[in-house]
Amino acid sequence: MTSAPRSLHAGETSSGSSPDADPAPSAVAAARAASPSAVAQAQAAARPASYSVADVPPSRRSFGRKVRDWGADDPFAVVALIVLLTIVGCSIFAPWISPYDPTLQDYNVILMPPSPDYILGTDDLGRDVFSRLIHGASASVYAAFLAVGVAAILGIPVGLIAGYAGGWVDDAISRIIDTFLSFPAIVLAIAVTGVLGIGLTNAMISVGIVFAPQLARLARARTLVLKQELYVDAARCFGASPTRILWKHVLPNAIQPVLVQMTLLMAVALLAEASLSFLGLGMQPPEPSWGGMIARAYLYMQIAPEQMYAPGLAILATALAFNTLGESLREAMDPTSGKR
Amino acid sequence: MTLAPSSADLQQPVVRVQGLRILFPSLDGSDTVKAVDGVDFEIRPAETFGIIGESGSGKSTIGRALVGLLDATEGVVELDGRTLNSVPRRERRTARQAYQIVFQDPHAALNPRMTLMESLTEPLRIRGGVSEDEMRRKAQDSMERVGLRAEMLGRYPHELSGGQKQRANIARLLPLNPRLIVCDEVVAALDVSIRGEVLNLFADLQRDFGIAYAFIAHDIAVVAQVSDRIAVTYLGRFMEVGPAEAVTERPLHPYTTALLSAEPRPLPAHLREARRIDLKGEIPSPVDPPSGCRFRTRCPWAQARCAAEVPEWRELRPDHYVACHFATPHGIEAPPAAGEHD
Repeated sequence: MTSAPRSLHAGETSSGSSPDADPAPSAVAAARAASPSAVAQAQAAARPASYSVADVPPSRRSFGRKVRDWGADDPFAVVALIVLLTIVGCSIFAPWISPYDPTLQDYNVILMPPSPDYILGTDDLGRDVFSRLIHGASASVYAAFLAVGVAAILGIPVGLIAGYAGGWVDDAISRIIDTFLSFPAIVLAIAVTGVLGIGLTNAMISVGIVFAPQLARLARARTLVLKQELYVDAARCFGASPTRILWKHVLPNAIQPVLVQMTLLMAVALLAEASLSFLGLGMQPPEPSWGGMIARAYLYMQIAPEQMYAPGLAILATALAFNTLGESLREAMDPTSGKR
Repeated sequence: MTLAPSSADLQQPVVRVQGLRILFPSLDGSDTVKAVDGVDFEIRPAETFGIIGESGSGKSTIGRALVGLLDATEGVVELDGRTLNSVPRRERRTARQAYQIVFQDPHAALNPRMTLMESLTEPLRIRGGVSEDEMRRKAQDSMERVGLRAEMLGRYPHELSGGQKQRANIARLLPLNPRLIVCDEVVAALDVSIRGEVLNLFADLQRDFGIAYAFIAHDIAVVAQVSDRIAVTYLGRFMEVGPAEAVTERPLHPYTTALLSAEPRPLPAHLREARRIDLKGEIPSPVDPPSGCRFRTRCPWAQARCAAEVPEWRELRPDHYVACHFATPHGIEAPPAAGEHD
């Protein structure tokens, strides 16, 4: 990857002794002796008239080419992407894919092991586990995005403002963040759900509120570093407003670790949804969710342990996929890593 | 103690600094670091004002204060006859655009996530009222003006060499029609082979656009080459201000003499006319600078008077000022006082 920018210089220098060497050092030196303005002319004249293909920097590769390069670099990320797309697909097309109504109870087939009719078996009320798993995907996807979305909308701006403003504003915000972080997350989420009311949406907003301080602290830490950057000083000299500096200079350079943290939080949110549904605070019966399914299966662990595998593995796979994709995203978003 | 312009020069200066002091809290917060401690000077239109000094002498702090990146603790920084704080808030943004700075590290001064096109159009975007086409056209013109190909506008900073990046940093100031550019060690990070080209570029731009420069560097040779006048800083104060040639060829202040004698010269030792003056010890802490003359603790000619009295500015030659009790137009006139001070 590093060969591309290097070849740029090779293309424009004839001597190759230094990356900045003039295309025709002697001509320029002679011109400089004559007059300063002649230097520019000499440089213009010495510039090559045409540029080779190697001149095109990697940023101008086509989108399709970039995706292919990325896939070749990081096959695990591609698998993760496929897993996530499958889950999103399930959540959208659940009514058409699932063989049964996920809430249909059939007392003739209770706690059945997997069979050709019910490929993942049935639960304690005779409902098809496979159908419930597919329908539960939408709850999980919705839960993860809602929680992390709420966390991002609350946390990132707060962190940026605290870091950039400094002084008492930073002190005040940081103390509030510390207070939030000192609570065990799930306990706090339960408390907030208690205030907002039971239900999947409220539960996930609570989880989002609980996650927000993590993102805020990360954004603040990055902002503290970035506001010292020379390009921020330069922008201040151009008269840029604090809003513009935060939006154009700080956020794009701070977002990388925040985005990675967000994908990691997606996985945690998924588990939080499962926990809250398990505790009866999230998705309400009879609607299916992966956490709720595990909660019910837990009651019959002694007689039908296979009940837990399907929702458990689904949670595991999704959480892993979010993590893997987050890592890959971090790599891909770094313009200096050469993997764009 | 003001450095009045010579009577021939009646133009209003671009920069007038009076009694500038900039203090920072020290690391433990119990004391103050006197980074700049009482500095007066003027920069005239289209003039290059060199500021030299060791690390920690406060020269970069002065530069940052000129463009409003640091606030003066005391004193006044007037730009074209007004202070930025006196400009109404909504006009301040455009008012300060005429006073710009180029930094030592050309890479860190460019946002790594912006293409050159984005970086070069940003100043005008902030000013507002300029169409997208106009901004792009000006960016292309600026690129060509500094000797870069307009095709490079699509690139990111890490795809350029150091010299190209520094040129881009200069190019993005041009659409603002700057009156003053603070050049803070602009060539220190560049390859020796391209320093000359970048310095030539600065000279060309000054001739074509009448830009005044505050040229800050620790490399005396570079400053002497480009400057019209030179100020020598030591521990937050000016020791000597005067025409570049006079300061470098016939310095008045012992510190300047020592600084110049430390420059490597392309002559064998027995052919050099000047003996090297070795300064004793380290530069004192700016938290607790010496009384009287700041330089007295390292000065070979220091007397009791140097600790008691702060030396006045004296114009010993036309436009050539010095802050030393014993300086005369013909050299230092004081008995060598080795061992008289500690």
